[in-house]
Amino acid sequence: MEIKILGPGCPKCRQTEKVVKEAVAECGVAADVEKVTDVMKIAGYGVFGTPAVVVDGEVKSVGKIPRKEDVKSWLNKQGGCNG
Amino acid sequence: MAETCCSGGNGVMILACSGCSNTGQLSNQAAVELTREGFGKMFCLAGIGGKLPGFVQSVKDAPIVVVIDGCPMGCAKAILEDIHVPLKHCLVITDEGIEKNKNLQLERSDIDRVKAAVKRIADKKEPSAAPETKGVSGCGCTEC
Repeated sequence: MEIKILGPGCPKCRQTEKVVKEAVAECGVAADVEKVTDVMKIAGYGVFGTPAVVVDGEVKSVGKIPRKEDVKSWLNKQGGCNG
Repeated sequence: MAETCCSGGNGVMILACSGCSNTGQLSNQAAVELTREGFGKMFCLAGIGGKLPGFVQSVKDAPIVVVIDGCPMGCAKAILEDIHVPLKHCLVITDEGIEKNKNLQLERSDIDRVKAAVKRIADKKEPSAAPETKGVSGCGCTEC
């Protein structure tokens, strides 16, 4: 599973990364979590703001820090979360 | 497009029909000027109409979405309805007393009227276009 955190690196972006990594760890799934800070690459996803989260190429959240349970539900839909 | 972290000021997403009439172009010009002035941020309605995933998710997660249609055809409104986004802040420019024509020539006074109307409807104290705002929205960071 491939998860991308889109954002140049402000505290909200870092908090989003933390939430996502915690969710991945608690789900016990194998996932690559990558930060995307390049503005042009972020623009390529067509998002209105950051932070944004992309799971296996699908934009899941834009402009806010997602809740951990929401991240887990995304992982579950991708067949990756046990809890 | 996310040009900078937490950009967009007050979290207002502005969607203009940008149609091929004076009122359609008024919607576009008002959106451009409001963005430049820091009142919200214009976003690409074509991307939403094309159902590009990043655009669709962006409008669903936006705290406040203001839709500007030039005329009662309501093309912008129809695009949002098509992706099941509740509409809370909609403006139809012809309802402001500006007559639609095809000359594409914009009057300064009309642009200012539309901008004032957008600010008026955006300030309506209603829930956002997103049915529920999960997580934390708005910019609280100190580094942007």
